[in-house]
Amino acid sequence: MFLDLERPTDAFFRTETFRDDYSFANSEAAIRRFPFPFDRDAYMYAVNIEQHMPGPAKSATEFPIDIDEHYVAEMIDREKVLAEDPLRCQSLPHMITAEWDLLELLMTAMARDYPAWFSLTCDGDRWHWINRPLGLDQRFTFGDTATLPFGPMEYITRQCQGDFCLLDQRQDNLWMDAGLVTTQADWSLDFDLGMNFIEWHGPVPLAHEMGVFERALKFLLNLQLGRPIRRLNWTMTVNPRLDTSPENYHRWGIDRTTVTPENVGDKVHLRVELQALWRLPRSNAIVFSIRCYLIKMREVVSVPKWARRLHRVLRDLPEELADYKGLTNYRATTVDWLSRHDDGAPTSPGFTPD
Amino acid sequence: MRALQYTVRVSEAEAVTPRVRRLRLVAADGTALPPVSAGAHTVVSIDTGERVIRNAYSLTAPSLSGGAYEIAVLRTPESRGGSAFIHERLREGDSLTLSAPANFFPVNRRARHHVLVAGGIGITPIAAMAEEIFRLGASFELHYAVRSAHDGAFCRELAARFGGRLHLYCGERQERLQVQAVLPNQPLGTHLYVCGPERMIEAVLADARAAGWPNANLHAERFVAPAGGEPFSLFLRRSQRSVTVGADESVLEAIERIGVEAPHLCRGGACGECITAVSHADGTLDHRDHFLSAAERDAGEHVMICVSRLKGRELVLDL
Amino acid sequence: MSEVKSRPKWGRLAVVPEAAAHLVCAEGVGLDAVAEAFGDHDAAQAAATVLLAGPTTAAQAGLTGTRVLSHPSRATAFTAFHAHLDRAKMGTAIYLAGSESFLNAASAIAEAHGVVREALQGEHRGARTRRVQCVHCKGIMEAVAVSPIVCSHCGVHLMVRDHYSRRLGAFMGVVVDAEAPGVLPQALRL
Repeated sequence: MFLDLERPTDAFFRTETFRDDYSFANSEAAIRRFPFPFDRDAYMYAVNIEQHMPGPAKSATEFPIDIDEHYVAEMIDREKVLAEDPLRCQSLPHMITAEWDLLELLMTAMARDYPAWFSLTCDGDRWHWINRPLGLDQRFTFGDTATLPFGPMEYITRQCQGDFCLLDQRQDNLWMDAGLVTTQADWSLDFDLGMNFIEWHGPVPLAHEMGVFERALKFLLNLQLGRPIRRLNWTMTVNPRLDTSPENYHRWGIDRTTVTPENVGDKVHLRVELQALWRLPRSNAIVFSIRCYLIKMREVVSVPKWARRLHRVLRDLPEELADYKGLTNYRATTVDWLSRHDDGAPTSPGFTPD
Repeated sequence: MRALQYTVRVSEAEAVTPRVRRLRLVAADGTALPPVSAGAHTVVSIDTGERVIRNAYSLTAPSLSGGAYEIAVLRTPESRGGSAFIHERLREGDSLTLSAPANFFPVNRRARHHVLVAGGIGITPIAAMAEEIFRLGASFELHYAVRSAHDGAFCRELAARFGGRLHLYCGERQERLQVQAVLPNQPLGTHLYVCGPERMIEAVLADARAAGWPNANLHAERFVAPAGGEPFSLFLRRSQRSVTVGADESVLEAIERIGVEAPHLCRGGACGECITAVSHADGTLDHRDHFLSAAERDAGEHVMICVSRLKGRELVLDL
Repeated sequence: MSEVKSRPKWGRLAVVPEAAAHLVCAEGVGLDAVAEAFGDHDAAQAAATVLLAGPTTAAQAGLTGTRVLSHPSRATAFTAFHAHLDRAKMGTAIYLAGSESFLNAASAIAEAHGVVREALQGEHRGARTRRVQCVHCKGIMEAVAVSPIVCSHCGVHLMVRDHYSRRLGAFMGVVVDAEAPGVLPQALRL
């Protein structure tokens, strides 16, 4: 094993699971900083791209890479997924330069923004990386894959929350040619590997007809160095399972039938993806990071504005989108439960709690 | 969206040939400039004292560790003043402003083999590509046409670095680059890249297409320096401002001169970022970009303000 | 079935006049499409190599100027296709003709050899069966005619999703009864 699971770590990091007994939960502080995705009482698919600029202190966007209280538990879960299915991490041979770019981006950001946990020292191409929460100390030569226990992308993304895809830019398109993906909302890296931007978005309903992906692609082809962007996406998940892959859907799909009026609060989770994209310098590739945040219905309704709003969004969601997001089996039960937390009062604009 | 800007200092300036000056640029604050991909360019802001000229230059020879950038500037007779300033007045130690590099001429990393073709100063992005492909250990050949041995800014360095992979054609010695001779025996999956005078680019691409090469395997640096023309009046409908676009400035530069923000990126008619709706044109649009299709040009509804102009009296833009 | 964004669109084969060489891989009645496209082009026939999976057909009569290399099975034809692609030069036009599952598999081979999509033509002739990959066990089924079907590798009931990978040359098969075990929609022809 890469990680020593028995190792004691900083008390800030929760000991919890995303499988079996599902002991995952958010602290009070984590609820407050949850990236709630609805700024109004209705939802429609939109490009909704903004600059990935630093957000307010302690928010999920305070730093470009967000490390939170679930970090250690998520990395342990990732290791289990990879041990069972190595195809969750793949990189076509021409992506090696982009892999090093990604390693540099993540190590630099993590060491700069969380100096108590991570440190990076560079002496020319001789690098020294320390990851204290995971107990790793690695000296390696930048650019020399043989000096790391994994390829550069896999090495660093086993130590960073969020899924990461590397997109090669050629022929006026973006090609998903590498990635490490273990916390996905029902899409398969193994299947989508090698696809272009329009192809891998193929199954998304409604948006193609609106020209959303053509416009987004045009925008991304001009994504600039030093000007990352982000957007929020969302779905729902039954049980706090990070790894909702199509590969294992025959195992976890049945969970969607286990929602009852009694267990909605603890079983049903809003799943938010903070998606961020950076241009990479050496490879001209783009890194697409998809960071997953989970929050239980019981935790959502502890914020009255979010309780009202999520109720209205879910209730009014077009059938086609609800189907695509896999909500059909438990939407009614969830909307019923949420309606008890919606007094009909107006909500203020914007994402943040009142 | 505006590109990120760096303030740099000219750390070395060297005449590589009588007509080409090479500049080495380091960050003014002593930090390392980010590494770049081969084929990338930067937009250099040149403050001549009278006005600010912004020219795009390819970055030569990528350095994996990053740190400094190098550009090579050809002195052009039709210069709007930018290259003349760099040749005559810019000194080591002077400051310049650069945009963060962007790349519209990238190496196709899936290629089985790369054929690189350069003419004259077109060697700048091509040499960077050769260096990157060489470091990756991939297969390539480099064809470089120069007027005279004297003019070949990088001939000696390239020959020392790439040996037999370099094929040099010197016009003075009656050596002609015949791309038809290079095309027939390239393995399936080869990509060809060309940068040089517009006529050369067109000829190479036409020959390759005639030999059955798909467009997707052909790459040209479609970069055009904003050239001048007759002055004309410009009115910005939304901001209700007027300005005269001078003989040697672009529409974009005139707009910036009066403090109006307009989206832009490459300043070379390539990226499409500065596409602007035309409200009215009293005259003929002089499209000089490589972004709009022939049909879009004919429609006359949009113009790329970084390079294109008006032949006529007044242009009204939706800005 | 709605339009699949990732699904390749096949058309009619047309000889690329500027190509220096023509490499064709066809299966069964796909040879008819090849004969129709190349029939009137003597020069192109002379510069063409046709790899045929399965026995020759009457269509070969229309290709007298061409080398038609017949292979006993799809697998052996693909071995030859790999070898020809390996030594092919730029300026070679690539053509495929046959059933949908044949086109799926053959185009994935061409793609792996760096053939760009605009340089690859395909014409659908014969069966409408598709190649399908089971997303759970990764097993490939070569000729799937209906959905849902039982995965021939792992036994899961699969629905064929409207999602196609050119790299794999296959549609995605995903469990259909995960949320209601044993409840299967009526099988429909693809």
